[in-house]
Amino acid sequence: MVPVEETEVRRTVEAVWRMEAGRVVAGIAAIVRDVGQAEELAQDALVAALESWPRDGVPANPGAWLTTVGKRRAVDAVRRRQTGERVLAQLGRDLDERVTVDFDAAVEERIEDDLLRLIFVACHPVLTPIARAALTLRLVGGLTTAEIARAFLTTESTVGQRITRAKAALAEARVPFEVPGAAERAERLGSVLEVVYLIFNEGYAATAGDDWMRPTLVQEALRLVRQLQGLMPDEPEVHGLAALLEIQASRVHARTGPAGEPILLNDQDRTRWDQLLIRRGLAALDRARTDHPGPYAVQAEIAACHARARTPEETDWARIAALYAELARLVPSPVVELNRAVAVAQADGPAAGLEVARALADEPALATYHLLPSVLGDLLARLGRHDEARREFERAAALAGNARERTLLLSRAAECGSKKS
Amino acid sequence: MRYMLTHKLDENEPRAFDPSPEFIEKMGAFMEEATKAGVFLAGEGLEKSSKESGRITADKGRVTVTDGPFTETKELIAGFAILEVRDKDEAMEWGRRFTNLFIEDGVYVEVDVRRVFEFPGA
Repeated sequence: MVPVEETEVRRTVEAVWRMEAGRVVAGIAAIVRDVGQAEELAQDALVAALESWPRDGVPANPGAWLTTVGKRRAVDAVRRRQTGERVLAQLGRDLDERVTVDFDAAVEERIEDDLLRLIFVACHPVLTPIARAALTLRLVGGLTTAEIARAFLTTESTVGQRITRAKAALAEARVPFEVPGAAERAERLGSVLEVVYLIFNEGYAATAGDDWMRPTLVQEALRLVRQLQGLMPDEPEVHGLAALLEIQASRVHARTGPAGEPILLNDQDRTRWDQLLIRRGLAALDRARTDHPGPYAVQAEIAACHARARTPEETDWARIAALYAELARLVPSPVVELNRAVAVAQADGPAAGLEVARALADEPALATYHLLPSVLGDLLARLGRHDEARREFERAAALAGNARERTLLLSRAAECGSKKS
Repeated sequence: MRYMLTHKLDENEPRAFDPSPEFIEKMGAFMEEATKAGVFLAGEGLEKSSKESGRITADKGRVTVTDGPFTETKELIAGFAILEVRDKDEAMEWGRRFTNLFIEDGVYVEVDVRRVFEFPGA
């Protein structure tokens, strides 16, 4: 049997690893300039910790210990790669200096720069969004392949292959280990934020499977966006995304019933909204303010309108409708227009909303989107047109991918069926 | 998962509730580290109990109200932090890093790591 002491040290090693993986990998990648190799070397450092900490005790600064050991291995790896080249004697000395000054407070800033580089590389647009998400959770978040697979409801081998291919693609495209320059910055930042939002949504509004939410992904996305706020304090859209996620996450405990069934915004018990997250969201929104807010900041403003209303009746729907119009200008999309229809219906009545929603009927992008018939059904029901409403709810149920959502829609259809138009 | 870390100090120790500028700087750096790691949600430090404190106790239907300082209490809560982390091991590691701040000054400190109640199902 493993003694208690050793089990505890092992748990500490694993916890420290999860907390520090991103910084350790980033510090090594800054030396070897290849995230795939950096991850392998970081794993070596983890193995070294598992060997020596139970024997020598947990170091006072375990994160720095892992980074330093990882960097030493990186220097060795670079030396091995370049044996025989005379220039390298000097390079080796430079690298040694980098490693030995590691505990200096001044170096802290460079580790943060390295972490930011790692995030930009892991979220590089040469990769598909889902590959970026897996790679980011692995390299920056320190999750195991098994944990990522569980969170995305897929197999470990699928995630493993996805990550291996992603690393190969980055190497093949010769993606430099750098934060993008001004010319590329906006697009690359968009790519990073898209990944965080994808991870969040995959957890918050599960697109497949029987569960409405997958908390691991929600938590990982929040952690990432909070880290990004620290790394890029001058980017308003980072705070915009943070505000959006904090406010949406504040409703996590209110949006499912006792049997796990979804509860829509207007029916939620608002005393269950997490006021701590709402305050954090509103504070992030303050930092997101700029003359030209981006799409995340505008969506956060909309979320904030709901968060500020203590009852559904207090909701400022006119402002929400105006914000959706602004969002539609920034990112024209039939889905945004559908949301605007809902807001217009709340502000000016179901007939006005129906007019906006009806205009989307022939939109090919919405042909298989269950929320269009779902919204139409709701507006028609409020206008007392129950037969038409029932047909729309049934159509919506047939299109819904989420089992719990389908049940909700069918029950609304049945409700309409029992009423006379 | 959310944890609350409270730390308790001995009010009778002269330096406990009267931190040096160096200590305040160290504490600031620690808070920044936890914030940048994306785990620090909220937290505050507390004044000593001789400064505007009071205590209300209800026992067997009888309510007693007293004013501070709480001279009979040796370990007094001096601050709290709400952290959002993946598990208890991570919370414990943050607690350990926090106690490191006090080691240099040789001040007595006790950190309690407690799980915050969350509604089931999410």
